[in-house]
Amino acid sequence: MPEHSPITKASVDAMVSDALKLIQSATDLASLKAVRASAVGDGSAIAALSSSLGKLPADQKADAGKLITAARTSVNEAFASKEAEFYAVEQAAKLEAEKVDVTASPQTQVLGARHPLSLLQDEISDIFIGMGWEIAEGPEVESEWFNFDALNFDADHPARAMQDTFFVEPVEQHLVLRTHTSPVQVRSLLERDLPVYVLCPGRVFRTDELDATHTPVFHQVEGLAVDKGLTMADLKGTLEHFARIMFGPDAKIRLRPSFFPFTEPSAELDVWHPGAKGGARWVEWGGCGMVNPNVLRAAGIDPEVYSGFAFGMGIERTLMFRNDVKDMHDMVEADVRFSQQFGVVL
Amino acid sequence: MRVSLSWLAESVELPKGSTADSVMAELVKVGLEEEGSHSFSLVGPIVVGQVLEFVEEEQSNGKTIRWCQVRVAPSGAKAADGGLDVRGIVCGARNFELNDKVVVTLPGAVLPGDFKIAVRSTYGHTSDGMIASARELGVSDDHDGILRLSTIGLDPEIGSDALALLHLSDEAAEVNVTPDRGYCFSIRGIAREFSHATGAVFTDPISKVTPVKSNGFGLKISDASPIRGKVGSTKFVVVSASNVNAKAQTPAWMVSRLKLSGMRSISVVVDITNYVMLELGQPIHAYDQSKVKDGLTVRRAKKGENLVTLDGQTRALHAEDLVIADASGAIGLAGVMGGQSTEVSDSTTSVLIEAANFDGVSIARTARRHKLPSEASKRFERGVDPKIAEYAAARVVQLLVELTGAKADALGAFFDETPEISKVFLPETFASSITGVEYTSDEIVSTLTDIGCVVASVSDGYEVLPPSWRPDLTHKTDLVEEVARITGYERIPSRLPVAPPGKGLTSRQKQRRAVANQLAATGHTEVLNYPFLTNSQNSYFADEKATRVLLANAMQEEVNELRLSMLPGLIDAAKRNLSRTITDLAIYEIGLAFLPSASADKVSLPIGTALPSAKELAKLHASIPNQPLTLGAVFVGDRLSQQVGRKAIKSSYSDAIQAARTAAHAVGVEIYLEQATPIGYHPGRTAAIKVQGSDELLGYAGELHPELASENDLPRQVAILEMSLEVLFANAPELISAQAVYTHPAATQDLSLVISQDVPAGDVLEVLRAAAGELLEDIVLVDDYRGNNLDADKKSLTFALRFRATDRTLTQVEATESRDAAVAAANAKFGATIRT
Repeated sequence: MPEHSPITKASVDAMVSDALKLIQSATDLASLKAVRASAVGDGSAIAALSSSLGKLPADQKADAGKLITAARTSVNEAFASKEAEFYAVEQAAKLEAEKVDVTASPQTQVLGARHPLSLLQDEISDIFIGMGWEIAEGPEVESEWFNFDALNFDADHPARAMQDTFFVEPVEQHLVLRTHTSPVQVRSLLERDLPVYVLCPGRVFRTDELDATHTPVFHQVEGLAVDKGLTMADLKGTLEHFARIMFGPDAKIRLRPSFFPFTEPSAELDVWHPGAKGGARWVEWGGCGMVNPNVLRAAGIDPEVYSGFAFGMGIERTLMFRNDVKDMHDMVEADVRFSQQFGVVL
Repeated sequence: MRVSLSWLAESVELPKGSTADSVMAELVKVGLEEEGSHSFSLVGPIVVGQVLEFVEEEQSNGKTIRWCQVRVAPSGAKAADGGLDVRGIVCGARNFELNDKVVVTLPGAVLPGDFKIAVRSTYGHTSDGMIASARELGVSDDHDGILRLSTIGLDPEIGSDALALLHLSDEAAEVNVTPDRGYCFSIRGIAREFSHATGAVFTDPISKVTPVKSNGFGLKISDASPIRGKVGSTKFVVVSASNVNAKAQTPAWMVSRLKLSGMRSISVVVDITNYVMLELGQPIHAYDQSKVKDGLTVRRAKKGENLVTLDGQTRALHAEDLVIADASGAIGLAGVMGGQSTEVSDSTTSVLIEAANFDGVSIARTARRHKLPSEASKRFERGVDPKIAEYAAARVVQLLVELTGAKADALGAFFDETPEISKVFLPETFASSITGVEYTSDEIVSTLTDIGCVVASVSDGYEVLPPSWRPDLTHKTDLVEEVARITGYERIPSRLPVAPPGKGLTSRQKQRRAVANQLAATGHTEVLNYPFLTNSQNSYFADEKATRVLLANAMQEEVNELRLSMLPGLIDAAKRNLSRTITDLAIYEIGLAFLPSASADKVSLPIGTALPSAKELAKLHASIPNQPLTLGAVFVGDRLSQQVGRKAIKSSYSDAIQAARTAAHAVGVEIYLEQATPIGYHPGRTAAIKVQGSDELLGYAGELHPELASENDLPRQVAILEMSLEVLFANAPELISAQAVYTHPAATQDLSLVISQDVPAGDVLEVLRAAAGELLEDIVLVDDYRGNNLDADKKSLTFALRFRATDRTLTQVEATESRDAAVAAANAKFGATIRT
């Protein structure tokens, strides 16, 4: 009598049922791992049965094999599903345990800042770079010739006295702390090929006591254009464009007659500041004019062929009314809180 | 220049209801910028009163007061404040007498300084108003007590308005006069400009005066050494007046106008000379004629000559000073200040009046030399109308006659060698070519005529003869300004010129920005400091003997050096922040340091308006000190403060070194360090910063010498950095050539070497890097261990090495060979051994 196959549906089902019970008995990943060997591993009943498959007569192998594969699949799926379930729970618990108070996050790096006076010089430079101009520089200890004589300040003219100049010792050397950025005009005209369109930002000095609106050390930005056929209309157009970028599209400018030795005609420049604190208004901004022919001559340029315009304004003053800085002390005392409130933007 | 409105109205029609503000608003259009308004700041009721009776009462504080009954309105009439006609008033002054007419400020009146008059109880009385002094009314600085109207020649009706009586309702507009327009230092000039601004009719004040031209008084003009070719005086008018009552009171109207003009009333003769100067712009000097010995001579001062000026100072004269002299020697500094010996006094009865024109340069130099800027010198420096001296002298005589009972004498002198004024040719279209405005020929002719020029149209333009009061009009461009300003700058159109294509920022400008931005991005705060230091501060980081650039006129005498180093300024900034309880700082500054030039030769300036020769220019450039762009940084307190889950990290030398690395990295430069001991730094905690490749020294980073920290009240550990951005930028690549990024797997190895503690880790690293060969991609020092298991003088340095081949996967064997080569080199150079 042929031996009856031990792999029957009933016996396999029973094994599956036992394995599933084991799997169900697990309460977490660790206990699930503990039953892995007896439920789905090589030591499980189904595995043992599976290894006996080879001993079966060939005609029974196929059916028994199917039964075992089905059994293993269902047990494995149950295990995997349980495992996924426990994993999810454990992960959730772990993440919950890792929770921190993000509002107490420490600062891992200190934040730095540029000084707003430097930032403003960069910003103004960029406006003019965008118009094709270039940026020129010069020394702060300057020869009197560049600071005064070449700019049509006669040695005995009262305009020279009105500049409140710091002189360098010995005075016979004729060195001063430049009283304005205008000497860079002459330097630019001597160094560059015509036409010249340059902007000169920089630090200047006058013997004014520090108070809410004065400082002996301050900054200016100076513009100079020398070309054929330039008129005051070009000056006005340039200043208007500059003002609109600095103070918004509603800004406009106004010129008032004035006097500077190095320009003729000369003008004071007011800007209509639409964003002024307390309402839009005219604000004194700087000085400007057509380059005095004597300045062109000092630089070896024929004023019958070339003409030019120049303008200049204080950076401190501009920052004061543009960004509502109320006291000069804040800009010169190097208190880090002043720079830090701006960070790296104005 | 301050102008009283009532005075101004005598020469130009002021619109009804004009105020100082409305006048300034007009004047600004023609280039006279507003400076502010001035008034006596008095509000009525302020009336004329009469002292009917008073009782003197001694007070417990030792003071004696007068309890007065003062009539402030005609008998039975209501006073100006609606109150009774007689008031009881307590008065502290005792200089008045019964029946004196005085100024009474009634309750409701307001005096300067917002001093409100009210009924008040004082010294046991109810004082119903105040009897005012000239000082309280703001008329003078007189401390003489109550203003007795009889003493200034007034006998007004009781109860009448004292403000009108004393001309105290007038106000003044103050405008800024630019140096090219000296004629505006006068009512005459301002009135003319007001007329230009508004079209109002101008009447020249000199039209009311008959000019003097008398002779008989000795006068000699003898200038042996003109300055810059100009004779000291080209016009000199003298006239005398006798029978002068120098004790006469200056009338109230004149006192008021002088006061509003910013001048004190001194004596009637002096007041008249000042008044005429303000009115016409011609400085006047009055001599006591009896003290002048013989005639007047205008000459340069003699060697060793002295002069006692009106202010009582004895002045040693310079050979360039122009003086007025008589037989006794110099009796006045021409155009600057008169001398004491011939000063007008109360007893003067005959006055010699001088109205002259002096060379501006000569006067400017004398005023500066003697530190004597005066109202006269201010006008001469800017140019006085050479045609008005004879009118001004006549005007003074007129007022002396009117106010002091003087008699005009025929005696005087008249000298006039005023150079002829040159005509200026204005080409037809020149004004338009400068301003961009299309002017008609009529406009050009009429505006120039308006300002006093004589204009002749010629074929291709205009021949213009400027007026005598405009010495500044010498060039066609000067005329353009006049046309532009009188027709209005608002007519100038707007056109944006197109510059030729620009090259953008220069490398240097980009590098400077990159350094500044990168430092800000890595937690440093930029500050800006004054470059002025004391000698002691400037010696912190420099040899005491190092020469410095010195200021001749420092604002504070001891702060007279320009910085050799950025650091003292930053240390000051740190102190200031600390004083405000800002204790954690990482601050930096980019700016110029000032190193004296080698040559301290005297430089003679090329004067004038022509291009200097190449040689002259080179000399000028050589005279200018070297001013290298420099970076400084200072760190105080914590670099990172204590926070949740982390301890504070104190600032140290490594923050300073890191800032140097950051700055160098910003421009593509790599640095290396060497132990260094520069002056002012901590001798054990400071690195010299050098450029990889060129080995050039950039500067130093480390810690401040603790003694300097203590001297500056800073905490002991302060980190500092200073480096030359000139050297940095010179070493920065214009362009960075890319290296290929190799992707074959890398081999990493750690290496611990035992080595003498004296050997700098940086030196070991460089030797390892060089000897490991091309396969070494990266090497980092990760540990410096000292202690257990090591000899006392040894340390263990651990490096992490990463090897990579460009063309294959590296084997550990190859990596080890490279590493061993590195170790062998370190062993050969420093005796390093592998730690086992």
